[in-house]
Amino acid sequence: MASHRDLPVGLANELFRNTGSSSFTEFVTSYAPDVLPRRDEVLATPIGDQVPHATTILAATFAGGVVMAGDRRATSGNIISQRDVEKVFRADDYSCMGIAGTASTGIEMARLYRVELEHYEKLEGRTMSVAGKANRLATMIRGNLGMAMQGLVVVPLFAAYDPDRDEGRIFSYDVAGGPYERERFDAIGSGSIFARGSLKKLYRDGASADDMVMTLIQALYDAADDDSATGGPDVTRKIWPIVSVIDADGFRRLSDEEVSGYVEQMLEARLISPDGPIAPLR
Amino acid sequence: MSMPFGYASPEQIMRDKADYARKGIARGRSVVVLQYVDGILFVAPNPSRALHKISEIYDRIGFAAVGRYNEFEELRLGGIRYADINGYTYDRSDVTGRGLANLYASNLGRIFTESIKSLEVEVVVAEVGETKDGDAIYRLTFDGSVFDEHGFAAMGGQAEAVAGRLKDRYRESMSLADALEVALAALTEPGGERPPVGQLEVAVLDRNREHRKFLRLTGARLERLLAQTTSTPPAATPPPAGETPAPDDAPTGPPPTGPEGDVDDGSSPPL
Repeated sequence: MASHRDLPVGLANELFRNTGSSSFTEFVTSYAPDVLPRRDEVLATPIGDQVPHATTILAATFAGGVVMAGDRRATSGNIISQRDVEKVFRADDYSCMGIAGTASTGIEMARLYRVELEHYEKLEGRTMSVAGKANRLATMIRGNLGMAMQGLVVVPLFAAYDPDRDEGRIFSYDVAGGPYERERFDAIGSGSIFARGSLKKLYRDGASADDMVMTLIQALYDAADDDSATGGPDVTRKIWPIVSVIDADGFRRLSDEEVSGYVEQMLEARLISPDGPIAPLR
Repeated sequence: MSMPFGYASPEQIMRDKADYARKGIARGRSVVVLQYVDGILFVAPNPSRALHKISEIYDRIGFAAVGRYNEFEELRLGGIRYADINGYTYDRSDVTGRGLANLYASNLGRIFTESIKSLEVEVVVAEVGETKDGDAIYRLTFDGSVFDEHGFAAMGGQAEAVAGRLKDRYRESMSLADALEVALAALTEPGGERPPVGQLEVAVLDRNREHRKFLRLTGARLERLLAQTTSTPPAATPPPAGETPAPDDAPTGPPPTGPEGDVDDGSSPPL
């Protein structure tokens, strides 16, 4: 006698197998492991310098939401491998992630992560909690540790709007996982040291979304100013940073026209004061 | 030659199974799916807010079902797994309603022939396209037949009567409010009372939305939309507590915890 857990005849189709979990990654691992990127390969030599690397990502909270911005440069060693790479990804309606490190691995991870969140949402009929989302991403980073040790490092920055608190939240990670929740703002990637220094001086509590976008554009410019791997706004080619805003209305990526407005305003001010806004001393 | 004890001809077995499934499906209330100008509208009277009859499968694909909840829930979960794994393996645009309908059809068909009890479900897989010509509504029955519906589909309960009323009222490129009005008129027996707003499950696949086209219409949004419908439905004003007018086929007694239909108390034929 079949137990009640057994599927009716015919539903034995593997696609219908119930893994007992709403995780897409777990389902794929059991059903079609080859579809997932392999994490257990051993490379003959570390190839870190030969594949494109994504660089600087910033995120900062504002009153009722969070902004994430990223430059557009990808580098392989001293070569600029791409000028218009996209490194900030929408994860679902209320969250996004930016990646620094190996671009290919990061893009793959962002794609899988998006399916992971949606899969849960559709199966369970509810959105995963922000902490749950942050934890799932940590597990993915942890799974990549072996590859990271061989040079394929990828570290994301995760930002989400938390409807329970009506505020934006930021989580950062290291190669072994995380998450580490950050107050106010954070930056990752090669230009993050400079960006963080800039954000520290420019960040204002309770700022509007508009002000915070401008703050991030300024900080990104400061990072590009001092870090060779971070790209500044490319005025001749009209390549602008990617800026995404998440608030109670959901995720919204600013259009190129909107971003160019902020960038032009910033550049104009910097023609007079090249180091950007000056924070008050007292 | 004498027949073995308990012999039944294959025709008889199939007929019995089909009758059994049809009876199960007709017990519940109907679900209506129809095209409107911006996409596809799903309407289901459903007293439960937790157990859905309508849901999202993928970016452009929606799902509606009638019949036994545990059975169509299994189909829904399987469909989501199929869609997500294909979208991840290839590209999000490579997941199609037709592929999903075929998967369901082959499984429903196999269960109908191989299993003693066929699934007591009827399912609609709807896909919204870039334009209205790209929209598709596939209706699948318990035996695995696929019907490529044009414009609208009704299933469950008094499906034929509902489909008849729907056919009379349906027009191409209706606004959302008009389409909802048509759906509610089709779901309501002549002279009958419309289900109150709290007992309606309404969702759309809206081609103008970004990323994921599926959207549930609930609460204030749904009430505003109902207020726009041409006639003022009695549903807009909630009936006084205690004397809720029960439609003829509404279950009486304690509030239902799931879509209507008999609760599986174990007395159904063993699998």
